[in-house]
Amino acid sequence: MSYLTKTSSDQSLRYSKRFAVYSSSSTMNFSEVFKQSNQLCKVSPDGKYLATCVQYRLVVRDFNTLQIVHLYTCLDQVMHMEWSSDSLFILCAMYKRGLVQVWSLEQPDWHCKIDEGSIGLVSSRWSPDGRHILNTTEFNLRVTVWSLCTKSVSYIKYPKACQKGLDFTADGRYMALAERRECKDYISVFVCDDWHLLRHFESETQDLAGLEWSPNGCVLAVWDNCLEYKVLLYSLDGRLLSSYSAYEWSLGIKSVAWSSSSQFLAVGSYDEKVRILNHITWKKITEFEHPATIMNTKAVVFKEVEKRPVVGSEDLSIHQLTMDNLLFSTQSKYEIKQLPAQVPVIKPDADRANPKIGISALAFSSDNRYLATKNDNMPQSLWVWDMQRLSLLAILEQTAPMRCFVWDPRRPRLALCTGNNKVYLWSPAGCVSVNVPVEGSFQVQSLFWHCSGSSLVLLSKEHICLCYVEAEEEK
Amino acid sequence: MGDWWTPTMMPDPSLDTKELSSISGISMSPSRQNVHHSLHSTMALPKNSYSVLSAFCTEENISQCIAYINQEVCSLGLTGVSLESKSSNLSAVPVLNLLYEVLQLQRRAQRALNDLETQQMKNGSDLEHLQHSNCRLKDQLEHTRRENSGLHEGERQLQLKIKTLQNCLKSEKEEVQKLQSIISSRATQYNHDTKRKERECTKLKERLNQLLMDKRDKKLSIEISNYVGRSDGKRGLWKTGKMEARHEGEMYKALLSDHETRQRSLMLENSELKKVLQHMKKDMIAILSPKKHCVKTEPADDSLEQAGSEGEEEVGDCSRETLEQSCEQAREQLTNSIRLQWRKLKSHMERLDSQASLVACQEREAEEMMARKEHEEEMQRMRMELQQCKEFIHMQQQLLQQQLSSPCDEETAALLNDCYTLEEKERLKEEWRLFNEQKRNFERERKNFTEAAIRLGHERKSFEEDRAAWLKTQFLNMTPFVDRKRPALSEPHSALSVSIEPEAKLQSTPPLVTKSQSYTVFSTPKAAPVKMPSTADLYRTLHLIPESRSRGEMLTKSRLRNCSTDCSVISLVRDENSPI
Repeated sequence: MSYLTKTSSDQSLRYSKRFAVYSSSSTMNFSEVFKQSNQLCKVSPDGKYLATCVQYRLVVRDFNTLQIVHLYTCLDQVMHMEWSSDSLFILCAMYKRGLVQVWSLEQPDWHCKIDEGSIGLVSSRWSPDGRHILNTTEFNLRVTVWSLCTKSVSYIKYPKACQKGLDFTADGRYMALAERRECKDYISVFVCDDWHLLRHFESETQDLAGLEWSPNGCVLAVWDNCLEYKVLLYSLDGRLLSSYSAYEWSLGIKSVAWSSSSQFLAVGSYDEKVRILNHITWKKITEFEHPATIMNTKAVVFKEVEKRPVVGSEDLSIHQLTMDNLLFSTQSKYEIKQLPAQVPVIKPDADRANPKIGISALAFSSDNRYLATKNDNMPQSLWVWDMQRLSLLAILEQTAPMRCFVWDPRRPRLALCTGNNKVYLWSPAGCVSVNVPVEGSFQVQSLFWHCSGSSLVLLSKEHICLCYVEAEEEK
Repeated sequence: MGDWWTPTMMPDPSLDTKELSSISGISMSPSRQNVHHSLHSTMALPKNSYSVLSAFCTEENISQCIAYINQEVCSLGLTGVSLESKSSNLSAVPVLNLLYEVLQLQRRAQRALNDLETQQMKNGSDLEHLQHSNCRLKDQLEHTRRENSGLHEGERQLQLKIKTLQNCLKSEKEEVQKLQSIISSRATQYNHDTKRKERECTKLKERLNQLLMDKRDKKLSIEISNYVGRSDGKRGLWKTGKMEARHEGEMYKALLSDHETRQRSLMLENSELKKVLQHMKKDMIAILSPKKHCVKTEPADDSLEQAGSEGEEEVGDCSRETLEQSCEQAREQLTNSIRLQWRKLKSHMERLDSQASLVACQEREAEEMMARKEHEEEMQRMRMELQQCKEFIHMQQQLLQQQLSSPCDEETAALLNDCYTLEEKERLKEEWRLFNEQKRNFERERKNFTEAAIRLGHERKSFEEDRAAWLKTQFLNMTPFVDRKRPALSEPHSALSVSIEPEAKLQSTPPLVTKSQSYTVFSTPKAAPVKMPSTADLYRTLHLIPESRSRGEMLTKSRLRNCSTDCSVISLVRDENSPI
C-alpha cells in the first residue's frame, strides 16, 4: 500500500526539483491497525519490540513481523507503560490502584508487583540502569526507589511538584531532583548506582519550574517558573556557572531544550521568542522571533492546502468499495506562499492564567542543524530554523493546530500530526502530506519515530498504525 | 501770436516775478526767427498788437518804458546793457544786445525749468514708490504682528498643555508608584501567605508521612518472584566512605574530561583561528608589499611599512613558534601586527577607492563627452553611408531597370554586343601588338646571338691559327722526335677539347664575374628562355660578352694562352682573374 499524496510547490523550482527526488526515492507503506488504549505504545530501546497496552493487557510484538511475542495481563487498566533501558523489562503502572507491575521479556513467568499502598501513586519510571523503579507518591510526598536486585526500598523526601523536577543524565549515572524545603528550592544530585547523594545545593530560583541535564551530563540547566525569566546553569558539582535573564516583569520561560551536542541551550518564552545560549559564555547568541508577517526572503512558507477529491459518478462504485476512506477524506498538499506572508494568529485570552502565547515546544534535530519551534498563539504553524545560519528556514502552515512534532533520530527529518488522518513530513528538501490509508478514520493524535528512523508509529485515540518511511536515497 | 501773453496771464505761483518776466520773455521766443532778419521791425511788432491790446509801450511813454526796462534789466543783473534814451529813438545795438541777453537768460531758464520739471516728475514717482513700499511694509508689519501674536497664543496654549500633561504625568507617576507599592505589598503578602501555606503543607505532608509510616502500611510492598542481577552484572556495594570518595572522584573525573574535551575543542578552534590570522597576515603583507615596490610616492610611509613588515615577519615566526604554547605576548604581538596591517590595508583601500572614484568620475565625464562626440560622428558617418548606399541602390535599380527595359529592342542589344566585340578586338589587337613586339625583341636577340656565334667562329678560327702557329714554333723548337710525337698525339685531343672548351669555359667562368648583370638582362625577354631552353645558358653568357667584350676578349685571350697547356693552370688563372 503506497499512498503518496503530496507535493511542494510549483513556484519554487529548486524545491520542486529536489522534492521530485524526494518523492520518487521514498515510498511510504503502512501496517495494519492495532488496538491500543491510553496512547500506550512504546518501542523497546533496542528497536526490536513494540509494546502496546489494551485496557489491562500488555501486548509485546516483534517490530518487524508484528507477530505477538508475549501477552501479559495486568491487574487493572494500565495508565503508564515504560521499557527498561536494556529492553528486558516492561513497567506497567496503574495509578488508581497505586500499583506497578513489571514484566520480563526473557522470563515470561517472572513477575514483580509493587504496591505503593494508601499513599498513592502519581508517577512511575525506570532508573537508567533498568533495575530500579522510581515512584512518586501523591502530593509529591516522596519518591520511592524500589530495587529489583535487592528488595531494598529507599525514599527521597520533599520532591518538588513542577514541570520537570527530575532528570537523569544521558549516560544514566546521575539524577538531579528538584526539592522544596523551607520555602526554598534545592537541587539534589544523586549517583544512580547506589542512590548516594552526591550534591545538595540551594538553587537561586524563586520557584523552580524545571531542570534538565545537558546531553554530555556536565551542566544542569535550571529555570524559574513563568513569573520570572531566569535560567541558571549549574555544573555537576553544584557550582553556579551562569545565570541568564532576558527581561523582567512579564511572563518568562515556557520551554527549554538542549541541542544534542550540548552546544546550545534554546529557551522559549512567553514573549514569542526563542533565545539561543552558547555553552562557552552562556550568553545569548541570537534570538528567533516569531513574527506574524514573514518578510525574510530566505525562508520558505509552506501552506497546506486541502482539496476535496472530485469524484465522477462512474468511478464512484469501484472506489467506494476499495478506498472509501480516501473518498471522504480530503487530500492536501503544500503550496509555497509568496512573501511577505501572513501567519495565522489567534489572540490569547489575557485574563486567563497560562495564556496561549509563547514558545511551548522546541526541538533540535538529531544533527543539531535545525531547530523546530511552536508558538502557541500560532498553533497551526511549525517554524524550522537553520542553526548554521541562525535564521529562519521554513514555516509549515497547517490547516489544523499542530498536535505533535518529532525529529527523526537519524536524519534531519521531521514528522508532525494535526489530529487528522494525515502525517506530514518535512525535510530540507521539501515537505509532504500523506494520508493514512486505513479503513475508517484514523485521526493521528501523536506519533513517534522508531529509533532507526525507518518507521513512524502513529497513534489515534484507540489505534496504532506503523508507517514505514523508506530512507531518502543517500547521495 | 495770440498766446504770447498767456504765460503772464496765468503765472505759476511757485515762480517769482523774475521768472515771470523771463517767462514772458520766453513766450516771445517763437518770434526769434523774426528777430534776426527783422530786427528793425521790433518796434513794429508791438505795433501790430497794441492795436488789440493796451500796449506796454506807446509813442508817448517810450522813455518810461526804456527806464522801466533798464530798471528791470538792472534788476535782472544785466547791467552791462542798458538802453539809453538819448534820443527818442533807440539805438538798435544795445536793444539787440539786451534782447540777446534776455533770450539767453530765457533759454537757460527754460532749460532749468525742464530740468526741474523732470526732477519734479522723478521726485513724484519716487515719492509714490516710497509711499507704496511704505504701505507694503506697513502691511507686512501688521501681518507679522498678527502672526507673532498667533504664535504667542500657540505657545501659551502649548505651555498650558505641557503643564497639564506634566500634571498628568505626575499623577500617573504617583499612580504607578502607588500601584507598585500595592503590588509589592501584595506580593510580599502573597509570598508570606504561600510560604505559610507551604509550611502548612509540608507539615501536613510530614504528618501524613508519619501517619502512613506509623500505620505500617501493610500494602506498601514489593512482590518479586526472584531478584534480577544488576544490569552491569556486578553486585551491589555497601555504602561506605570509600564509596563516597569514589563517587566524588568519578564526578570530578567526568567534569575534568568534559573540561578537557572543551579545552581541546577550544584549542583546536583557537589554532584554526590563529592559522587563519597568520594566513590573513601573510596575504596582507603580500598585498601591501608590491604596492611598496610599484608606488614609490610615499617613501616615508614605505620605509615605515617595510620596517613594520620585517618586524612582523619576526613576530609571525615567533608567534608560530609559540603557537602551541599560546603565549600571551606572542598573541598580542600577532594581533597587533594584524591590526596594523589591517589599518594599512584599509587606508590603502580607501585611498584606492577615492582615487578610483575620482578617476572613474573623470573618465565617466570624459567618456560621456567622447562618447557623445563619437556617437554623433558615428551617426553622421552612418547617415552618410546610408545615404550613399541608398544612392547606390537607387542607381543600381535604375541601371537594372534600364537593362531590363533596354533588352526589349534588339538594336541596342546588337549595339551593345558590337561594343563588346569591339572592345574584345581592341584588346586582342593590343595583345597582338605586344606579342609582335616581343617577337621583334626575340628576333633581335636571335640576331645578336647569331652575330655572336659568327664572331665566336671567327675568334676560334684566329685562335686555331694562333695555336697552329704556336704549335709550329713549339714543334720546331723541339729536337727529339720522341717528344714530338706526344704533342702530336695530344694535339687532336687538345683540339677536340678546345672545341668544347670555350663552351665549358664560358659556361663556368663568366657567371662569377657577371652574375648580377646576367639576371637583369635576362629578365627582359620573356619568351626567349621558354623557346630555347637548351641554349639558355649559352645565350646568357653570350649576351654578356658584347658588354664586356674588350675585357672578355683580352681575358679569354690571355687565359687561353695560359690554359692551353694545362687545365689545372686554367682553373688557377681563372681563380686569379675572378676578383677582377
